[in-house]
Amino acid sequence: METIVFSLLNGVIYGLLLFMLSSGLTLIFSMMGVLNFAHASFYMLGAYFAYTISEASSFWVALIFAPILVGLVGALVEKYGLRTVHVNGHVAELLFTFGLAYLIDEVVKIIWGRNAVDYKVPELLDFPLFELFGAQYPAYRIFTLFVALAMLAGLWFILNRTRAGLIIQAALSHPHMVGHLGHNVPRIFMTVFGVGCALAGLAGVIGGNYLVTDPAMGVQMGPIVFVVVVVGGLGSLMGAFLAAMILGLLQTFAVAIDARFADIFGWLGLDATSELGSITIASLAPMIPFLMLVLVLMIRPRGLLGDREL
Amino acid sequence: MSNIATDTMISLSPSGSQKFMQRTVPLIIFAVILAVIPVFGPSRTMYSLLNAMGVNIVFAMSYNMLLGRAGLLSFGHAVYFGLGGYAAVHAMGAIEAASYGDGGFWAGYPVFFLPFIGFAGGALAGAVIGWPSCRRAGTPFAMISLGVAELISAAGFMFGSIFGGEEGISGDRMNGPEMFGLSLGPINEVYWFIAFWTFIGVLGIYAFTRTPLGKMSEATRDNPERAEFVGYDPQKVRYLVFIFAGGFAGLAGGMSAVNYEIFTPEALSLAPSGMVLLMAYIGGIRYFAGPILGAILLTYMQSMMSDYSEAWLLYLGLLFIVIVMFAPGGLAGIFGGLFRGLRGDNPAASLRQWAVQITGIVLMMISLVTLIEMSVNWSNNYGEVFEPFGMHLPHDGVLTWAVIFIPFVAGVGILRKALKNKEGQA
Repeated sequence: METIVFSLLNGVIYGLLLFMLSSGLTLIFSMMGVLNFAHASFYMLGAYFAYTISEASSFWVALIFAPILVGLVGALVEKYGLRTVHVNGHVAELLFTFGLAYLIDEVVKIIWGRNAVDYKVPELLDFPLFELFGAQYPAYRIFTLFVALAMLAGLWFILNRTRAGLIIQAALSHPHMVGHLGHNVPRIFMTVFGVGCALAGLAGVIGGNYLVTDPAMGVQMGPIVFVVVVVGGLGSLMGAFLAAMILGLLQTFAVAIDARFADIFGWLGLDATSELGSITIASLAPMIPFLMLVLVLMIRPRGLLGDREL
Repeated sequence: MSNIATDTMISLSPSGSQKFMQRTVPLIIFAVILAVIPVFGPSRTMYSLLNAMGVNIVFAMSYNMLLGRAGLLSFGHAVYFGLGGYAAVHAMGAIEAASYGDGGFWAGYPVFFLPFIGFAGGALAGAVIGWPSCRRAGTPFAMISLGVAELISAAGFMFGSIFGGEEGISGDRMNGPEMFGLSLGPINEVYWFIAFWTFIGVLGIYAFTRTPLGKMSEATRDNPERAEFVGYDPQKVRYLVFIFAGGFAGLAGGMSAVNYEIFTPEALSLAPSGMVLLMAYIGGIRYFAGPILGAILLTYMQSMMSDYSEAWLLYLGLLFIVIVMFAPGGLAGIFGGLFRGLRGDNPAASLRQWAVQITGIVLMMISLVTLIEMSVNWSNNYGEVFEPFGMHLPHDGVLTWAVIFIPFVAGVGILRKALKNKEGQA
């Protein structure tokens, strides 16, 4: 019971973090068809910016300004990089962002060093919020939960209730028609790319001190973000949310389960000392996202709630 | 007189001598270069660099069968390189065991022909993994290859008996019967092994592009719908190409297994897959020889530049981005353009244009290298300072920033002007 409740809580929070990270990419991918390889690098930039800003002033300033900075970097990348490559097709765009990920990783290593930086949870939130089964639960995790929910609500409001959101939604499905109506589609693209990167940056601000801020954090998260976007489906924020939640819960529960293959398939005669039998469920946790990715692409290429195929 | 039409028709197909010049001569030149290199008496370091280049040439060429020829962007090509290599390492172990034990098939199998085992292993892996991956081209293919690569490399660390865990599986190449009098002990004998298989790999891949299947793979890249109308199933074409590409990657893996005598699960992971993508693309994916150039350059950078600068990956990333943005033809495209310009009707003008562009690029490079090296030295915090040609360039020196800004502005100005002139001419 204890394990289930904690896994549930942690899984939901991890899932929300994944959603924050990938919601921006879902927007970018659905609209521009660009599967941004560097998206997780923007997440990393967010964490590092937040670290530097919170050293200079406070975490709360960082919470606001770090994502904005990341968004600006993203908009510049779109304007001076992606737009040039766009004429050469999606593969060229994918390759461009692939190179960009290399670049950002190396620049981060030069500026902030190769080791993890000491990006701490703000003191105001550094206390146990409540006690559960004799274990204390940190307040920062609940704060993460609220930020993610606020972001979800804000995103939903902007996309569905404002004029800008409606134009973006229209450009998601009919970019040419929106262009014919006189909207500046390249500028919409730049804005969406910038906002998408800013959302990744926000995830970095929150995730950087929840997890760890080091130059490998981008590489670690990169492929998982793709899984969320592809499994969730093209053009569907709700799908991304669902996929992120499923992933977060599955991974957290897999880590919590203390069992080996031999315990489950013992009735088939699998021995606990054999190589296959001694594999633990927990060690499979990092593989789950990719298994999901491959299965979804093979069985249902449009993803959970996608409105069109990849 | 009866068939004037056929008599007067001009044949568009290349003549025998043209075919010879364009198809056979480059391969002969390649073989001669490979054979002549040992005459110069390379050092041990040089030999090991050359051997690594040979492996990477075949690997990058096999990758280009997918990306350049079939239009399939894969993020997991190292899986086939690695699985082929593991097959070869295990075969090497079997040869060792058999030659000291009771003999059998493996006792008579020369280590020299291990790349065949690699080819078989890679092709088998391609045949198993390929079918579900090749249903669609484009982004779905890229994503499946990414997922498969992550799964296989995670499995690599899990199954110790096959992949050897962290420390991998090692073997000994000096067992079994000798071929061509090569014991494969000293590194210059390994060079002959690598040179032989590099040539075979390049020849095989070239031959593949001349087959109907190779031609159809280009057709399905350009227009899968039309290829389907003509009666070819694009999925089947992609699948077959995928198997062959996996096979040649496995061949490279087999070469690597003999060269290094060890294989670790890292060889299956995303990092080498990304590296081979960079090699093929920087070299030029639309040219047959492109990946060869890319493999040579990147292998050189990997082993030489990493001694000079910690930031060599940054330079690599910059080079890649510049190629993607401004020269999609890669290095081969740049050389091809230069060559065409020199043979065109106004070689002097094109030479001048090239000189101007190169000046601009060099100026920008001076500025960027100074900026990067200065930052690296400063961020290391050892108190070291970037000192090229006796200049002292600390991070807070006026001279440093002058060396960064002045060439940058000049370079950008020159390149912009050159670009405008080009557009004016066109």
